[in-house]
Amino acid sequence: MRRLFDDELADLDADFTEMGMLVSETIEQAVNAFTNRDAVAAQRLIDHDHKINEREIALEKKTFEMIALYQPVTTDLREIVTILKAVSELERAGDHARNIAHAAIKFGTKQKIPVLEQLMNQMGQMTTQMVKDVLTAYVNKDEHQARQLADVDRQLDQLNHQVRANSYEQMRLDPAFETGASIYLNVAQDLSRIGDYVTNVCEWVVYLKSGQIIELNTASQDSPSE
Amino acid sequence: MKEEILTTQDLHLYYGDKEALKGINLNFDEKGITALIGPSGCGKSTYLRTLNRMNDLIPNVTITGTIKFKGSDLYAPNADTVQIRKEIGMVFQQPNPFPFSIYDNVIYGLRIAGEKDKEKLDAVVEKSLRQAAVWDEVKDHLHESALALSGGQQQRVCIARVLAVSPEIILLDEPTSALDPVSSSQIEATLLNLRHDYTIIIVTHNLQQASRIADRTAFFMNGELIEVDQTKNIFMNPANKQTEDYISGRFG
Repeated sequence: MRRLFDDELADLDADFTEMGMLVSETIEQAVNAFTNRDAVAAQRLIDHDHKINEREIALEKKTFEMIALYQPVTTDLREIVTILKAVSELERAGDHARNIAHAAIKFGTKQKIPVLEQLMNQMGQMTTQMVKDVLTAYVNKDEHQARQLADVDRQLDQLNHQVRANSYEQMRLDPAFETGASIYLNVAQDLSRIGDYVTNVCEWVVYLKSGQIIELNTASQDSPSE
Repeated sequence: MKEEILTTQDLHLYYGDKEALKGINLNFDEKGITALIGPSGCGKSTYLRTLNRMNDLIPNVTITGTIKFKGSDLYAPNADTVQIRKEIGMVFQQPNPFPFSIYDNVIYGLRIAGEKDKEKLDAVVEKSLRQAAVWDEVKDHLHESALALSGGQQQRVCIARVLAVSPEIILLDEPTSALDPVSSSQIEATLLNLRHDYTIIIVTHNLQQASRIADRTAFFMNGELIEVDQTKNIFMNPANKQTEDYISGRFG
């Protein structure tokens, strides 16, 4: 029997996926803006950041309303909780995309370091793909894919360490490069944080499917039992 | 703006000396579901019954104030109660099918109005039972006794009986309190389908039921209308402290 709740949940689900796509596009555009040092595109992203925040608030309001009016239990409750938690993660990921856009502007015409550029490209592509993948995992309620994405997050952290090492090395070779190096460090850190937030969303996808609250991105984490 | 189909102004009702309704002002737009909630004895069922003059049958009742259905006074001396109850139908707490076949239950109103056209009656029976979401379960047993049905099916047949006379407003007085959860949710689903075509006013003790299905909720206490608003607002952020206490189970 179809309930009013089902229709509202379907709408909520669609709105959440839409917000996810908006965040995913924003991150991709921020990565491109940084790669091309495109100040115009970067500024546009900064100006549009409020759209993500507005969607987060609208989704939160809707989930509160659904909890108050329908008192969901079992799978219904897990779907609502998953969305409520995941919108915050997505919104934070969006904030880091904005930081990257700021960095693109701040870097300006400073000299690019090829090895760092190459690492940043790699991180940017991985992060962008990761955001797309987590949305697929959410839509398909694919616990397996969600768990696998945590591995990508670990690779992202390793690349972040490489950026760190290389940036310090460049500073040592040329102390005047300090500002440029700090921007590389920050952007790598932002991308790594986006990876962490995506991993948190993965945890909520696992919860949605299994009802278990797990930790996917700690070093001490036991390997998934699959 | 939607048309107001039913208005009540400064409605007082006395059972003898006891004032059971203390000046109710409450209006209803066309279509949608309004739930009336409140603790036992708050006046919500009494109020519901004034809306199609069911209290006429109770001795010693005095009513003052105005109730208008589509602009005309429900309690005017020349008002036709049969016509009123056709346009404003009621479904009760206990399913109350007549001891006839399902078919005869549904066409009861039309038959006493003199309708004899078999084809027309057949069509009304099917349409009403479909609207009440019970057609598939009873279509092969239309000429068997309605008393043989389950409580939930009986209640939906009673809803069909009301629908058969093409009412504009349907009043329901705790229509699911005698039913199990599955039958209750079938009734709720039925009402959700009907709310696009009818103005539905339901008294319920089940707050979750009000929150699940009602577009608007009115909270009554001690014979007064304390607050009426969109259900969303009543359940998330009521304006009145008493409403909040009742909704969150602090009393009542």
